[in-house]
Amino acid sequence: MVKIENITKTYEKGKVKALTNINLSIEKGELFGLIGPDGAGKTSLFRILTSLLIPDSGIVKIMNFDVVKDYKEIRKITGYMPGKFSLYQDLSVEENLNFFASVFGTTVKENYSLIEDIYVQIEPFKKRLAGKLSGGMKQKLALSCALIHKPEILVLDEPTTGVDAVSRKEFWEMLKKLKSEGITILVSTPYMDEASLCDRIALIQNGEILSVDKPLNIINQFNKKLFAIRTSNMYQLMQDLKQFGSLNTAFLFGQVVHFTSKNKNTNSEEIRFFLKENNHSDIFIKEIVPSIEDCFMEFAKNEK
Amino acid sequence: MEKVIIVKNLVKKFEDFVANDNLTFDVYKGEIFGFLGANGAGKTTAMKILCALSQPTSGELNVAGFDVYTQQDKIKANIGYMSQRFSLYEDLTVFENIQFYAGIYGLSNKIIKERAENLIKKLEMVEMKNKLVSSLPLGWRQKLSFSIAIIHKPQIVFLDEPTGGVDPITRRQFWDLIYDAANDGITIFVTTHYMDEAEYCNRVSIMVDGRIEALDTPQNLKKQFNAEDMNEVFIQLARKSKNKE
Repeated sequence: MVKIENITKTYEKGKVKALTNINLSIEKGELFGLIGPDGAGKTSLFRILTSLLIPDSGIVKIMNFDVVKDYKEIRKITGYMPGKFSLYQDLSVEENLNFFASVFGTTVKENYSLIEDIYVQIEPFKKRLAGKLSGGMKQKLALSCALIHKPEILVLDEPTTGVDAVSRKEFWEMLKKLKSEGITILVSTPYMDEASLCDRIALIQNGEILSVDKPLNIINQFNKKLFAIRTSNMYQLMQDLKQFGSLNTAFLFGQVVHFTSKNKNTNSEEIRFFLKENNHSDIFIKEIVPSIEDCFMEFAKNEK
Repeated sequence: MEKVIIVKNLVKKFEDFVANDNLTFDVYKGEIFGFLGANGAGKTTAMKILCALSQPTSGELNVAGFDVYTQQDKIKANIGYMSQRFSLYEDLTVFENIQFYAGIYGLSNKIIKERAENLIKKLEMVEMKNKLVSSLPLGWRQKLSFSIAIIHKPQIVFLDEPTGGVDPITRRQFWDLIYDAANDGITIFVTTHYMDEAEYCNRVSIMVDGRIEALDTPQNLKKQFNAEDMNEVFIQLARKSKNKE
């Protein structure tokens, strides 16, 4: 469906490297996640895919159309929702939707079934100006407008950034539904916990891909024992773990510290002994399966 | 425990919309207080009032020992504030930004120089001292703007989603800075959408539709809602919202 080969993009005459030699391929019907922090290069890559930005070098093809040469075709088959709200603020909800439908030579009626579930939620406000909508409603309108021409592939740039946990959950439920309609979806996010909701993900940082695979396979690439540790004094625990002889990493993860050792033989008993010697009480230690966030940090560290 | 924020029956209305509906809570000196809520729950409105940037419709409020109706300038001098983004001047260097903000808070040149040097060393930014802020990665900028927000050693610092979009390693380094500041006795008032960060707070309040629906330590909240983690607590509460879009 999408073939990305050796894409490199720089800004300011080569001074700023946005993307370095990116290779990816995305299958038809896949829900593919591009996971990485701000400044990783996610938006640059998506703009190249949607023909809005020309790469310095490399080739991108979507359904065999070249994103540079065949940009007109590309725009017909892609739906793009930019990270920044880009609809017409001085048009109403309804007017925006009609406008995007007519630009693509279709009508709202023709493809209504595709957007129905999303659009009914904002329909009570259809006369309201887009600029006056709340964040969650803007997001739903933008998604409706990106879908109204029934694209083959949907490109969503950080649709859930700054969105609360409940709305994020609902948004991912909408994506799952669209996927079941056969639309290929490419979505970027800085939230690592959203990775597990994708079929495959690419972890990206500083314009380079750290890893591409199914979320479960990425987790299997994590080649160290990971311990979750909690004691009655978490601040002191962090300070003390930094003094642990074979420390590899110690990161706060909510109510526990995630700890890895450079020594393969480090076990719970050894850590417990160390913590007892440092006067910790209520010690809890458990070997756990890493999350995508653990993997991201480990890969990012090795990259440096 | 000493109270640094006292809020009694805070109400804020915009015409007939009630953004803050009778909020009552206290924040203690030196604690990390997480101020959570869904988008549109009324967090920013309340935070602006606490920072003396907006007036309440009614209620009694005392921040850092001063009254929000009559002593706004005193409040501003005794708090620090870090907005979500763009809180630094991108066309000034790292050092110039520190100098500028410290100057606004009336610190003497001698103290400014001393604190700027300590800060730059602590953040390991010695090589970046004379670089424009616009050239720094987001994570570095956020760490710098936090440190600048507390350069005048305020009693309280307000942080509005300080870690949004920041990479996971830098996000944790940022929390190290928060812990250090709290250890120095600075009260931290912070909003975030990352629920793992809610676990790092001493106490957390959760707003739904303009009201505080829960306020306790993360541990007690999890017990109260029979939840595995704060994410679950948050989802249970936010689902009750009537303002569903």
